[in-house]
Amino acid sequence: MKTARVAFQGGIYQATEVSEGVQLDNGQRLSEEEVVWLPPVEPQTSFALGLNYFDHASELSFNAPEEPLVFLKGPNTFVGHRGKTYRPSDVTNMHYECELAVVIGRQAKNIKKEDAYSYISGYTIANDYAIRDYLENYYRPNLRVKNRDHCTPIGPWLVNAVDVKDPMNLALRTYVNGELVQEGSTKDMTFDIPVLIEYLSSFMTLNPGDLILTGTPKGTVDTKVGDEVITEIEGLGRLINTITDEKS
Amino acid sequence: MPKAKAKFNGRLQMQEIEVHPNKNSIQWNGKNVDLSDHSWEAPISGTVYGTLLNYQGALDQMGDALHQEPYKSPPKAPILYIKPKNTITGHQTSIPMPADVSELEVGACLALVIGEKASRLSEEEAMSYIEGYTIVNDISVPHKSVFRPAVKHKARDGFCPAGPWIIERDAVPTPDNLTIRVYVNGECKQENHTGNLVRSVPQLLVDVTEFMTLEKGDTLLVGIPEKPPRVKDGDLIRIEIDQVGVLENRVEKEVRVGGVKS
Repeated sequence: MKTARVAFQGGIYQATEVSEGVQLDNGQRLSEEEVVWLPPVEPQTSFALGLNYFDHASELSFNAPEEPLVFLKGPNTFVGHRGKTYRPSDVTNMHYECELAVVIGRQAKNIKKEDAYSYISGYTIANDYAIRDYLENYYRPNLRVKNRDHCTPIGPWLVNAVDVKDPMNLALRTYVNGELVQEGSTKDMTFDIPVLIEYLSSFMTLNPGDLILTGTPKGTVDTKVGDEVITEIEGLGRLINTITDEKS
Repeated sequence: MPKAKAKFNGRLQMQEIEVHPNKNSIQWNGKNVDLSDHSWEAPISGTVYGTLLNYQGALDQMGDALHQEPYKSPPKAPILYIKPKNTITGHQTSIPMPADVSELEVGACLALVIGEKASRLSEEEAMSYIEGYTIVNDISVPHKSVFRPAVKHKARDGFCPAGPWIIERDAVPTPDNLTIRVYVNGECKQENHTGNLVRSVPQLLVDVTEFMTLEKGDTLLVGIPEKPPRVKDGDLIRIEIDQVGVLENRVEKEVRVGGVKS
């Protein structure tokens, strides 16, 4: 099952996918454009992985890390499907990152990788934009690059874990203005999902609603104001986002 | 007496109290109450953002390393990190010492509690977005490099004691002029002063809100002074900040901590 959180006429609803669009939890059926899409989960603790695809690491001239390179994100950074993301006027390289996002379903501490999947409630798509101009060689990655307001579109759907047969073998694709620009597969992650859950839960407690953004494959290029960016993951849907300038 | 807000164990709402910041009693509902009569929950609920290398001494301590690989150059913007929800705990609770380490580092922080949604503030208006101040002990597993986010070192359960209360903004007219002291088992191990901040309180708010919004209830830690004391199992940590209060927690092996008062 696919569920979403949407706003409609001033109310917030759970919605499910139907052939003509969405059905609200009060039974009302609407087209996809009639509702405002919110992040499908209200983010609690949110992890993001750096350089978790070997080909992306080499694209950026890094060696793949020896242990997961994890950073944390605040709730300010998330925005829903069909949302807008602001590109500062002075930057030269702001790129999308299509990522499989894992949603934790129950409290997890010291979980072995063999048991990890039973702690997952579902999956969604994240587009974890990075502004490379702000990276500074100094501290990588810091919140000025990775935690800007609305720089992480997420959604549209939370897809139940039982409906995703093999999350470690899903095609990821990004389109800019309709053109395919990034293509990869989750099978090329350096640290796979069970390893990430074992790693994180070995030193801290994961809680329901926590999110793990698992990194991006190669193919990240600069995007401009006005670009429509679609990040797509096999079986999970298509997440649409538009880049704007300060005025819009 | 200055006003403050606190969260007592067993109460759903924050309680309005009056406090002597550095004494052992408070006034609640017009009566004097001993601090130890209550168990305290953390008075904060939003996202906790920490700031790295914001004391001039902590930056100086990096020395030439800042100009060499992998850092290459000193930071141009505030370096922030997040203390996630699993780390937050209250005054007089135990700090769990993980089984795989033998020492922890104390991070004595003045914490700004945000009073309303703050985005792109100017220096003139920045202070009016502060609701009040509290103390945070940003505990870390000791680590040398600050080149990568130290999630494994800083995000462990119970590694962010906060409190005991949020003291109102007007009780602290000059947050850039406060003495901070850390006592371990009664002995003063660290003393510093918020006058040594690289980015002052208003400047930090301006520079952070330039790229991200702080929501009402979020907390911004102004930084950790250089030479943070190390603590071991059983040690009692007491952080005093002038005009703000005293935060006390004991380090205890993780296996023995069940969320109870130490």
